[in-house]
Amino acid sequence: MANVPMSVEELKQMAATIRCDIIEMICTAGAGHPGGSLSATDIVTALYFRLMRLDPQNPRWPDRDRFILSKGHACPVWYATLAERGFFDKAHLGTLRQLGSILQGHPDMNKVPGIDMTAGSLGQGLSVGVGMALAGKLQKKDYHVWVVVGDGESQEGAVWEAAMSAAKWKLDNITAILDRNNLQNDWHVDELMPIEPVADKWQAFGWHVVDIDGHDMDAIVPALEAARERKGGPTLILARTIKGKGVSYMENVCEWHGKAPCQEEADQALDEIRRCSCER
Amino acid sequence: MSANLSPYHHVRPEVIPLLKDGKLFSEGQKAPTRAAFAQTVIELGAANPDIVVLDADVSKSIGTNRFGAKFPERHFNFGIAEQNMFAAAAGMATTGLIPFACTYAVFASLRALDMVRNSIHYPNLNVKIAASHSGITPGPDGVTHQGQEDMTIMRSIANSTVIAPADPDTTVLAVKAAAAHAGPVYLSFTRDPVPEVFGPDYPFEIGKAVTVRDGSDVTIIAMRDLTAHALVAAAHLAEAGIEARVIDCPTLKPLDEEIVLQAARETGAIVTAENNVYFGGLGSAVAELLVENHPTPMQRIGVRDTFAESGPYLDLLDKYGLSYGHIETAARKVIARK
Ligand SMILES: Cc1ncc(C[n+]2csc(CCOP(=O)(O)OP(=O)(O)O)c2C)c(N)n1
Ligand SMILES: [Mg+2]
Repeated sequence: MANVPMSVEELKQMAATIRCDIIEMICTAGAGHPGGSLSATDIVTALYFRLMRLDPQNPRWPDRDRFILSKGHACPVWYATLAERGFFDKAHLGTLRQLGSILQGHPDMNKVPGIDMTAGSLGQGLSVGVGMALAGKLQKKDYHVWVVVGDGESQEGAVWEAAMSAAKWKLDNITAILDRNNLQNDWHVDELMPIEPVADKWQAFGWHVVDIDGHDMDAIVPALEAARERKGGPTLILARTIKGKGVSYMENVCEWHGKAPCQEEADQALDEIRRCSCER
Repeated sequence: MSANLSPYHHVRPEVIPLLKDGKLFSEGQKAPTRAAFAQTVIELGAANPDIVVLDADVSKSIGTNRFGAKFPERHFNFGIAEQNMFAAAAGMATTGLIPFACTYAVFASLRALDMVRNSIHYPNLNVKIAASHSGITPGPDGVTHQGQEDMTIMRSIANSTVIAPADPDTTVLAVKAAAAHAGPVYLSFTRDPVPEVFGPDYPFEIGKAVTVRDGSDVTIIAMRDLTAHALVAAAHLAEAGIEARVIDCPTLKPLDEEIVLQAARETGAIVTAENNVYFGGLGSAVAELLVENHPTPMQRIGVRDTFAESGPYLDLLDKYGLSYGHIETAARKVIARK
């Protein structure tokens, strides 16, 4: 099993492995959401293999750090990460979305070891994270809550209700990461229903905002570490990402939001991801 | 019997031989009813400039992006903001526009429910709520996307009209009728393809159910995607000498009380079948009517008190007790209770 915490170099390799898992599992399932899984891969990898305090043998350990994938449709990245981190057997990855599988089309906390919160209906995860963070304060626990939010998802008003409340209670034990890939289901976020100036909005809601390249491991790791240490209020990591990152024909292409690659396409994708990670 | 010896009404002739063994589901022509909706709303929009379409970032999944391509000035994509969309639809309706506000059933009936109740139904505004992915038809996506309570919820709201057509052709008729009806209408569509069962001669009318198969031993009252299953069940029962009447009930509310009471009187046993939780929807509506007017043995087919899961649509129907085989068993059971 992987040695944690990983170096930046090791994290890059692990991210490539997880990208391959994502492609394979969605191809086998014949359905799923590759684009948003691939855009969040580097961040989720850094969290699980470097930042988070966890015990794969004891997934419900009360002192663990929490992770919420508010954009639950991207769960292939979460499933692959948990499997690689040793929470469950990798063989499950081949059962995604099948009848009887623990790996539902959207994450189910009662079926999968390591899933901290059920998700799939957008715009709720940050509120759940606020609840976990408030509970941590009340119970004097020092765990940290990490929430990944989609940029299309942040059109939901409830996201801003959550943002307001985290600032009001000065929750410095929660960090939100905005997966700013500028695509949603139908079209480009900036054209469909613009969210800019998004950094100013979060700042106006009382959050400390850190703007990074969401695929640059050398930037991700220090930004997440600083967010964890920062006192006095919540941090938003504005992670600028590419939907479908790592697979040329998926990158920035809206159709790959919720479409499975066929075998041939998957082979090409795996080839590209592996080649790219070897060249490093 | 009349010159027409077939017990079927409005059922396409090519469908009848496919009923046996459920061949209808593997070999029959199929299409999702959401597609028929999207096509019809374009037709309606061409004829009536007051028709506007509102979306919440699933226009590509429903097909209403094609309305947007044709009538860009009358198409409003609100992004992932269902609550804003439904309240805005109410505002548009106050001016005389006829908004079709579109999203998945689970979000129309739950996420935005307060707006749907307080800003659309209470003021009785002319908003058409177009809900795709109803029941457990969006199989692989799983529970968060399966609108298995929409019939129950929408039926409970005053001023509501609730329609769930069985197949593509009846969907066209239902959408046209909804557009012509003054007041809120909830329209429910399937994500997955369903068999094309009925022809355009189907006499669709809001508030009317239709006898699609004659029979005197038992009546199966079904709606949306389970009407096809009811017809298959009836074909199997006929082989055993049991003649089941099948009623397609596309309007859940207002319920066609007359046809239900007549079926209860004439066949003395009722099965209801719906791809929805089995309380508060069709089964409950029929039971409530019968218990006060003509108590009759009944069996209800519907999703039990449980969430389903991810899986292929037809496999899910099987696992959760909604397929033709379950309807057949329920019919035998209720006949034994006569
Ligand atoms: C409340 C709600 N409305 C609609 C959907 C359907 N839906 C699933 S994913 C998606 C687009 C998400 O876009 P974004 O948040 O930007 O995610 P990403 O680009 O990272 O995949 C939509 C509309 C949903 N899951 N929940
Ligand atoms: Mg996005």
